[in-house]
Amino acid sequence: MEFKDYYKVMGVARDATEAQIKQAYRKLARKYHPDVSKEKDAEARFKEVGEAYEVLKSPEKRAAYDQLGKDYRPGQDFRPPPNWDSGFEFSGAGQGDESYSDFFDSLFGAQARAGRGRRGEAHPGRGQDHHAKVLLDLQASLNGGTRSFTLRMPEIDAEGRLVSKERTLNVQVPKGILPGQQIRLAGQGEPAHGNGTAGDLYIEVEFQPDPLYRVDGRDLYLELPVAPWEAALGATVKTPTPGGNVELKIPAGSHAGSKLRLKGRGIPASQPGDFYVVLQIALPPANDEKAKAAYAALAAALPFNPRASLGV
Amino acid sequence: MSPSDDQALPGTIFDESAILSIKDLSRMCSVDERHIVEFVEEGVLNVVTVSSEWRFTGDALRRARLALRLERDLELNLAGVALAVELLEELAQLRRELGAKR
Repeated sequence: MEFKDYYKVMGVARDATEAQIKQAYRKLARKYHPDVSKEKDAEARFKEVGEAYEVLKSPEKRAAYDQLGKDYRPGQDFRPPPNWDSGFEFSGAGQGDESYSDFFDSLFGAQARAGRGRRGEAHPGRGQDHHAKVLLDLQASLNGGTRSFTLRMPEIDAEGRLVSKERTLNVQVPKGILPGQQIRLAGQGEPAHGNGTAGDLYIEVEFQPDPLYRVDGRDLYLELPVAPWEAALGATVKTPTPGGNVELKIPAGSHAGSKLRLKGRGIPASQPGDFYVVLQIALPPANDEKAKAAYAALAAALPFNPRASLGV
Repeated sequence: MSPSDDQALPGTIFDESAILSIKDLSRMCSVDERHIVEFVEEGVLNVVTVSSEWRFTGDALRRARLALRLERDLELNLAGVALAVELLEELAQLRRELGAKR
């Protein structure tokens, strides 16, 4: 086990005041909080910072840690001496669900766990609810269907240690679920204690980016490339939709950004969303003589100033 | 490979199907009812009143838990929590729109 330098993690001096430690924590927490941060390793960094703060904010824990840390360098192999914490009294405990490092657990584990166990007492017997987040493909929401999710669940093992257990669940995804919404799985949370009932599992959903469609509420958007003459003269073109390809009629005189609506073909619900096709004009390349001649003929035939709206 | 349907757990969309009382919500969040009342007063949670009792939709569970995490981890006050929750939802919405365009 490696010795952790909590002062270094927080970026404060060893003689930092409580106010300085608090300030450093708040700044780091805002930067790395998983609900707020988009940094790659935000969750790991936030846990590290939270663990350091848990120790340094508490005068008793900090004193115990300082006493112990005198002889250690960060990263050095660490073994807590027997009865190292005798003479220190620990009040309170982390109230979060965070799992701390082995280093922390070996120092404060027993105390922290003791505090945690007391939480569920208001509802004896009922297991805690669990919460998780998953990435889901758009198709699952459009058509329903079964998906398998692998979730990591924190659990207290027989020795009272917090361990992470993996399990895979096959879930019938409810049709029409939207990003940010939660799927409830009854009885899939923490098992019951004694005669109580098991907790529930809530899975918050976010969509993987779809290669074709953009989601806005229940509406779906597709950017559809068309040739200049298809937009100008009108045409019927093949268009992908979630329900399969359709023949879509492009009205004459369409332009880039024109929106065509297919009512009710968005994300299903009692009032389903709509499917919008947004036209993009794709230009044929002018990379041979024939194409160049065609463009030149068009230029000669049409008095057209695309920058007229700019006043030039 | 997609798993077979017959052994799959039936999921329900909690946000739309659930109607929660303040008691439900405070139990699910492991906090005092008083705390939920503060969230409502600050506009963090939306509520409808049915025969003089508060009713929340399932979506309040996610918002309340987010608010509690922010409150605890960032040591924010109520007004700060309310502002952060609002801005985070706006940000998530913008990211969804952006993400699909990439």
